[in-house]
Amino acid sequence: MGHSDNTKFDIRSVNQKKTLYDKLWQDHLVKCRDDGTALIYIDRHLIHEVTSPQAFEGLRLAGRKPWRTDSVVATPDHNVPSEVAERAAGIAGIRDDVSRLQVQTLEDNCKEFGIVEFGINEPGQGIVHVIGPETGATLPGMTVVCGDSHTSTHGALGALAQGIGTSEVEHVLATQCLIQKKMKNMLVRVEGALAPGVTAKDLVLAIIGEIGTAGGTGYTIEFGGNVIRKLSMEGRMTLCNMAIEAGARAGIVAVDQTTLDYVKGKPYAPKGAHWEQAVAAWSQLHSDDGAHFDTVVELQGETISPQVSWGTSPEMVLPISARIPDPAQQSDATKRNGIQRALEYMGLKAGQKISDIALDRVFIGSCTNSRIEDLRAAAAVVAGQHKATSVKQVLVVPGSQAVKAQAEKEGLDKIFLAAGFEWREPSCSMCLAMNADKLGAGEHCASTSNRNFEGRQGYGGRTHLVSPSMAAAAAIAGRFVDVREQLDKITNSIGTTEGAGQ
Amino acid sequence: MKPFTQITGIVAPMDRANVDTDIIIPKQFLKSIKRTGFGPNLFDALRYLDQGEPGQDNSGRPLNLEFPLNFPRYQGASVLLTRKNFGCGSSREHAPWALDDYGFRVIIAPSFADIFYNNCFKNGLLPIVLNEALVDQLFKEMYQQQGYALTVDLQSQQIIKPNGESLTFELDEFRKHCLQNGLDDIGLTLEDAEAIRSYEIRRREQSPWLFDALG
Repeated sequence: MGHSDNTKFDIRSVNQKKTLYDKLWQDHLVKCRDDGTALIYIDRHLIHEVTSPQAFEGLRLAGRKPWRTDSVVATPDHNVPSEVAERAAGIAGIRDDVSRLQVQTLEDNCKEFGIVEFGINEPGQGIVHVIGPETGATLPGMTVVCGDSHTSTHGALGALAQGIGTSEVEHVLATQCLIQKKMKNMLVRVEGALAPGVTAKDLVLAIIGEIGTAGGTGYTIEFGGNVIRKLSMEGRMTLCNMAIEAGARAGIVAVDQTTLDYVKGKPYAPKGAHWEQAVAAWSQLHSDDGAHFDTVVELQGETISPQVSWGTSPEMVLPISARIPDPAQQSDATKRNGIQRALEYMGLKAGQKISDIALDRVFIGSCTNSRIEDLRAAAAVVAGQHKATSVKQVLVVPGSQAVKAQAEKEGLDKIFLAAGFEWREPSCSMCLAMNADKLGAGEHCASTSNRNFEGRQGYGGRTHLVSPSMAAAAAIAGRFVDVREQLDKITNSIGTTEGAGQ
Repeated sequence: MKPFTQITGIVAPMDRANVDTDIIIPKQFLKSIKRTGFGPNLFDALRYLDQGEPGQDNSGRPLNLEFPLNFPRYQGASVLLTRKNFGCGSSREHAPWALDDYGFRVIIAPSFADIFYNNCFKNGLLPIVLNEALVDQLFKEMYQQQGYALTVDLQSQQIIKPNGESLTFELDEFRKHCLQNGLDDIGLTLEDAEAIRSYEIRRREQSPWLFDALG
């Protein structure tokens, strides 16, 4: 194509230029129905304990069986204790009766329906969005679903990955398909370079600050541009993870050498001839030059500073050097009320410096930032220092058993423990406080998680979203500081692998 | 799923933008393995003055009397009026389960988060998108008139106000069909089982690694 000088042919080929999302959609199209909806085939279904019990119950009540059990992978993550002693006794050791029943129910359902489960203390266990890429259970070109909005994470591999509700979990179990309408295409292009100390987390918070928490509603967002190309896979996962915080069900990044290098050799990655075949297919997983995007958002990497969220929505975010906004300066009544309510909930005053916010607790973990690179970045800031005495607790919760083992091999756990941090077991932990890890009412927390909603980390708790290195620096100082000021202490690169595989 | 045809109900306000699913149903209630019983904990942190826990008797808990759903005038409401990006955040279907269990059948907003919007239809709830000016007008009328009620007719896709004025809303044809008839969409999809199987055969030939066993 494109070699003909036939004008008609050229016009047709222009029309055929596709975005990455267009390609993934088309590859999985089972049927277009007359009413404009489509059946989309699902390659990988990830399951955890919170959003699956009612789906399995639905199957049982209707007398249905899963369509393809070998497409399903399960693990408990939301409810499992992070505390080392409580965790040691497995499911039976979970103190909260309701949580224990939910984790047990997952295990029972997986056994009954013949589904692979990485159990509570098995080597493969971890936060579902950490273990998917890390084991190769999620791969480029796949459609991936999970009853969890942060399924967007797997889009970093060049997969179409979306969060679904429990009815859809049941639907995918029973039919291997989703009923959907195609989303629109958005491109977020970030050119230039990120300054040292500025990470993928800062980038995605800045993007959400720019387009808002509903900015991506109705779209699949592709992240592109030079800055994205230079991000490591971990950084791309952080970015795609929070696409949902911009309202987009799916975020994606094109496949490149960084992707292939990451996937190769993973336990469930294709081997031998299948690997060669897969790599050939994956080389098409990028948007064609000139493909049409309904919306394009452009940012320049150099303009982005370390970010801190100050309010109760991820769009309420500012650079570390900024001051808390004044609702009086907002002309839109709904927005003004929103800022006012957020300031009251957060116990902050208009005009206050972000760097003056004192912290009670720090949380380093979650499906956004609990991968090995995140822990290395935090450890690099912490090494040889101790948490501020005013900070009551610093939790470091690795995203998976594999991340935990790797971190211990590198001695990162020792660095955290020497700094007065707590080294915990893999779980969602204080990201959403379904296990025992919670904020007290009124407490401020520097958190590497993804949502600063009211009560998210505990009743009355006050969340500030930051990168792992910013969280670590805040733990040491007892308040927010610009991690770039500590740059001379940081030896490892943060959030990027400069020039990796380029 | 119960069919939805027409309802007439009192309108209650949730007068803020970006109401997230953590606000709609806090995480401690997600530990349940059932689909029912979430109504008493809808908007739990706003409705009560204490911290709610699963399994507790909610009847004796101190109510936040400043929260509109606790006002006598909004008791029995089945239409929720709210602002943009309602249902953002988590994919938890417990959010529509809680709204349904409380007694809401319709939610009107200028926009909804995608996953939440989709989840509503699976549970017989009708989310209606109207432009901001129309939503503003409904808020004004509702605040002015005690017992303000709307009739929502699915077939004609119309909202009828107390003064007889009507507003038209948009709705996807497939969703309307399922909602009207209370259809189980798994059953509908399985009517296409042959198409799914032939896709699978094609896919297995083209991309065999996708069917490698997870041993």
